[in-house]
Amino acid sequence: MLAVRVIPCLDVNAGRVVKGTNFVDLRDAGDPVEIAKRYNIEGADELVFLDITASSDKRNITLDVVKKTAEQVFIPLTVGGGIRTVDDMRTLLKAGADKISINTAAVQNPRLIHDGSRKFGNQCIVVAIDAKREPSGTEWKVYTHGGRTRTNLDVIEWAKKCVELGAGEILLTSMDRDGTKDGYDLDLMEQITKVVDVPVIASGGAGKKEHFVDVCKKGASAVLAASLFHFKQLEISDLKNYMRQNNIAVR
Amino acid sequence: MSLKIAVIDYGMGNLRSVSKAVELCGAEVDIINEANQIEKYNAIILPGVGAFEPAIKIIKNKGFDTAVKEHISKNKMFLGICLGFQLLFSESYEDGLHKGLDIIEGSVEKFVAPKNEKLIIPHMGWNKIFISKQNQTAQEMYKNINDGDYVYFVHSYFCKPDDKNWIATTTDYSINFCSSVANGNVWGCQFHPEKSSEIGLRILKNFVEHSEEQC
Repeated sequence: MLAVRVIPCLDVNAGRVVKGTNFVDLRDAGDPVEIAKRYNIEGADELVFLDITASSDKRNITLDVVKKTAEQVFIPLTVGGGIRTVDDMRTLLKAGADKISINTAAVQNPRLIHDGSRKFGNQCIVVAIDAKREPSGTEWKVYTHGGRTRTNLDVIEWAKKCVELGAGEILLTSMDRDGTKDGYDLDLMEQITKVVDVPVIASGGAGKKEHFVDVCKKGASAVLAASLFHFKQLEISDLKNYMRQNNIAVR
Repeated sequence: MSLKIAVIDYGMGNLRSVSKAVELCGAEVDIINEANQIEKYNAIILPGVGAFEPAIKIIKNKGFDTAVKEHISKNKMFLGICLGFQLLFSESYEDGLHKGLDIIEGSVEKFVAPKNEKLIIPHMGWNKIFISKQNQTAQEMYKNINDGDYVYFVHSYFCKPDDKNWIATTTDYSINFCSSVANGNVWGCQFHPEKSSEIGLRILKNFVEHSEEQC
C-alpha cells in the first residue's frame, strides 16, 4: 500500500529558510541544506523548496541550495517559486530537482503546464494552488504572486484544468489556514480530491497531529507543513507513529 | 583502483543524484553520452525519467542499444532504473505501441483503475517491496533489505515479464506488479534507489559490491 508522504516545506529567501504567517511576517529558520539533512534523518518522505523571493538575481542562490541539497539528501526534491518557462524548469531539474512546482506562471500561461509535462513527464509538474475562501464561505478563489493577487479563477475548476493540461500533482494551500495552526481546510481538500485523480498535497494550517490524520481521511496523498517542523514543535517520527496508530500507511 | 561505473546520459532526466548516490557507495562514476564509451566500464546504469518513445528513439539513434546488449553479453553488470528499466522490455503501450530493447520478454502497461474504483495515477510515493524467495540474484540485490521495506516510486506504467523467474520484487498498487527484476548480471528496478534514502543506497551498494566481485 502506498504510504502517505510527510513533506516539510522550506520557504527559501536569499539562501535562508524563513517562515511567515498568512504569507507575511517572515522569521529566519536556518540553513536550507542543514535543515534538509536533518529532515531526511528524521524520516521526511520528500522535501519542497519554495523560493519565495524568486527574483532573478537571487535565483542563482536557490540553484546552489538545490544543488547542494540534492548531493547530500537522497529523497525527492520539489522546487518552486518564480518559474516562468520550460527553460527555467530544465535549469532546476539539472541542478537536482525532481519535480517543479508552478503557481503564478501556470495561471498566467496555462500552456506552461502542458509544455512542461510533455517535455519532462507529468510526474515532474506540480501545480501549486493558493486558495482563499470567498466571503460567501462556500467557494474558493485562486490567488497568485505569493498570495498577493486575487484572480477570478474558481479553485475547483482550476484544479481540474491543471490536471487536464498535464499536472502530475496538486499542491493545495489554504491561505486562510496558512501559519494559523488551526488545521487544514478539510472542505477544500474534499472538494478537490473528489474531482482530480492525481495526488493532492495538503498545505496550510497544520498545528497538531490530529490535523494530519483528518486531512488524510479527506483524500490527501501527502501532508505538508513548515513552521511546525522547523521550530521543532512536532517531530516527524512522532507524527508518523501517531498516523500509523490511526491506520494511515506511512513509511 | 576502484570500480568504474558509467551512468548513461541520453537526455532523459537528471543524472546527478544517481551518480552522487553511486559514488557514495564507493564506486568511481562517469556520466557518458556516447555508446562507444561503454566498453571501458565494468558496470553501467541506465536511468531515465520521461516517456518511452522518445527515450528508445534516442537510445537507438545513438547506438546505445547495441552497446548495452554487448555489455550484457560479456556478463558485465547492468542496472536499469525507472524508464531505464522499462526500456529493457520487448514493448511498451505508452502513447501507442513501441518496441523496446527486448532484453526481457514482456510488456510495459498502464495502471488501470479497477471498476467503480478510483486509482491515483501516477503511482507516486513510497511503497513496499516484497522479495522473491526463488530468485537467487534477488538475494544479492536485496542483501540487508527486508520484505516490506519502503522505496520511492514515480510511474504510470508497470512492467510485466513473460518469464516470472525474472521477478526480484513485487509491490501492491491496485494490482501486484513486478517492481524489480534480477537475473545474473541484469538488474532493473521500477523505483528510484537514488531517491529511496537509506534503503535505496543499500541497493546501490549491493550493485557496486556485486560488480566488484564480477570483475
